[in-house]
Amino acid sequence: MNKKVKHGTLLTVIFTLLSLLYLYPIILVFINSFKKKVYISKAPFEIPTGKMYVGLENYIRGIKQTRLIQAFGWSLFITILSVAVIILCCSMCAWYICRVKTKFTKILYMLCLFAMIVPFQMEMFTLSKIANMLHMGNPWGLVVIYLGFGAGLSVFMFTGFMKSIPLEIEEAAMIDGCTPIQTFFRIVLPIAKPTCVTVTILQAMWIWNDYLLPSLVLDQRKYKTVPMAVQYLKGGYGSVDMGAMMGTLVLAIVPIIIFYLFCQRYIIEGVVAGAVKG
Amino acid sequence: MQKAIKRYFPVFVLPTLIAFTIGFLAPFVLGVYLSFCKFTTVTDAKFIGLSNYAKILGDGDFLHSLWFTALFTIVTVLLINIFAFAVAMLLTKNIKGTNIFRTVFFMPNLIGGIVLGYVWQLLLNGILAHFQKTLTYSSKYGFWGLVILMLWQQVGYMMIIYISGIQNIPGELIEAAQIDGANKVQLLRYVTIPMVMPSITICTFLTLTNGFKLFDQNLALTNGGPDKMSEMLALNIYYTFYGRTGWEGVGQAKAVIFFIIVGVIALIQNKLTTSKEVQQ
Repeated sequence: MNKKVKHGTLLTVIFTLLSLLYLYPIILVFINSFKKKVYISKAPFEIPTGKMYVGLENYIRGIKQTRLIQAFGWSLFITILSVAVIILCCSMCAWYICRVKTKFTKILYMLCLFAMIVPFQMEMFTLSKIANMLHMGNPWGLVVIYLGFGAGLSVFMFTGFMKSIPLEIEEAAMIDGCTPIQTFFRIVLPIAKPTCVTVTILQAMWIWNDYLLPSLVLDQRKYKTVPMAVQYLKGGYGSVDMGAMMGTLVLAIVPIIIFYLFCQRYIIEGVVAGAVKG
Repeated sequence: MQKAIKRYFPVFVLPTLIAFTIGFLAPFVLGVYLSFCKFTTVTDAKFIGLSNYAKILGDGDFLHSLWFTALFTIVTVLLINIFAFAVAMLLTKNIKGTNIFRTVFFMPNLIGGIVLGYVWQLLLNGILAHFQKTLTYSSKYGFWGLVILMLWQQVGYMMIIYISGIQNIPGELIEAAQIDGANKVQLLRYVTIPMVMPSITICTFLTLTNGFKLFDQNLALTNGGPDKMSEMLALNIYYTFYGRTGWEGVGQAKAVIFFIIVGVIALIQNKLTTSKEVQQ
C-alpha cells in the first residue's frame, strides 16, 4: 500500500512538471508581450525589466494594427450564427433522411459521408470563385458556406443518433395531431440534445479557428476574423512587428482559455462523443 | 408518417441542400472538371485534357512536398499515438490531480493553428538562436519544429479519446486476466490494447488526416522556408493557385490528386484497423 502511494506521488510530481512545461510556450508569449520589440527576438527568454519593459504598448499597437476588436466581433458573429444555423438545418435534414426512405435521401446521406473526407484544398479555388460570383464575400454569405461545408459531419452525427430514437414516440405525437414540424421541435430535437452539444463543440472549435476559408471568401478590407488578424501582422515579406504580434497572440489566446476553463467538461465530453461516432 | 414528413421537404431539407450544393457539391464537381482545363478565373476555362497532370510530374517542389508530407505524417501518427496512449494509461491510474493534467494537455486544441504556429516560432527560434540557427535554416529544423508543434497540440486530443476507451474496459476482464496469472505486459498486450482498438482506429484516422491536411501550422511556423523545402502538400497547392499565375489548372489537378490520396488512405486505414477490433 505504502509503495503504491509513493508511486502515485511520484507520478503526480512528474505530471506537474510536465504540465508546466506544456504551458511554457504560452507563458513565454505572455512574458514577451511586455517587452520592447527589439528585445523579443534578441532575448526571448529574459524577464522584461528596466529598459526592456514597455507596459501595455504592444497590446495597444497590436489592437490598432490588426483592428482586433472588430475581428473579435466578426469571429463571434460568424461562429455563433454558423453553429446555430448548422444545428437547426442539419438536425432537420438528418431527421428527414432517417424517416423518409427514398433513393434521394440515401444519395444525400452518402454525399454527406463523402464530404467528410474531401480535403479543403480540393474546393478552395472553385469555392472562393463561386462565393465571389454569388456576392457571398460577407459574414452572412460565409455562414451559408459554413452550413454547406459543415453539413457532412453534422448530418452524419445527427442521423447516427436519430436512428436510435424509437419510432413509436413520434408516431404517437403525429396521431395526437402534431404536424411534422411540431413533432420535430417538441419531440425529436429535445431528445437529440446531447448530439446538439457535441456538434456545437466540434463545429465551434473548427469555425472559430479556421483561417483559410474566411481569408479566401471574405472581403478582407471590410471583414477579418481573429486568425486572419494574426496572419495579417505577418503581412508580405517585410519584417514583422514582434511586439504587436505578441500582444495580439495573448489577446487571441486568453479569451479562449477562459471560455475553456468554464466549459471544459462539455468540451471534453463533446470531443469524446464526436470521436466515438466519427 | 413518411408521407406527412415528405410534404415538408422544403422546410427540412432544402436549406441544407442549397448550402451543401453551393459550399460543397458545386465546387467539387467544378473542381474536378477544371483540373482538365486551362483557366485563370472559372469563366475562361478551356479544356486541355491531361496536360495539367503531366505538368505535375515535372514539378519537383510538388514531389518534394508529397514526400515531406508522407514522412511527416508517418512520424506524427506514430509519436502522437504512442505518447497519447502512454499518458492516457498513466492518467487512468487514479493519481492526484488527474483532472488538472487532462485540462492542461487538452488546452492547445482550442487555440487555432495560426496562433499556435507563431507561439512556437518564438520559442523554437529563441532556442535555435543559441546555435546561430533559425527554423528556416534548413528543412530539418522546419520538419522537427512542426512535429513538436503537432505533438504538443494533438497528444491531448488523442489522450482524451484513449482515456474514454480505457475507462470502458470492464473491470472483470482485467481481474480475470490477473487471476489467470497475466503479468503487466501480457495484460497490456492481450487485454488493454485489443479492447481499446476502436479508439486506436479513430485516433490513427484523425492523426493521419490531420497530418496530411496540415496547413495553418505550416503557414505560420515556416511558411515553407527555406525555399519551399518545408512546404507540405496543402501549402504547395495553395501557392500553386495563388503564387503563380497561369498555374491555376495545375493547382486544381494537384488538389484532385491530394483528394485521391486522402480518400485512399481513409479507406485503407478504415479497412485495416476495423478488422482488428474485438466484437463485444
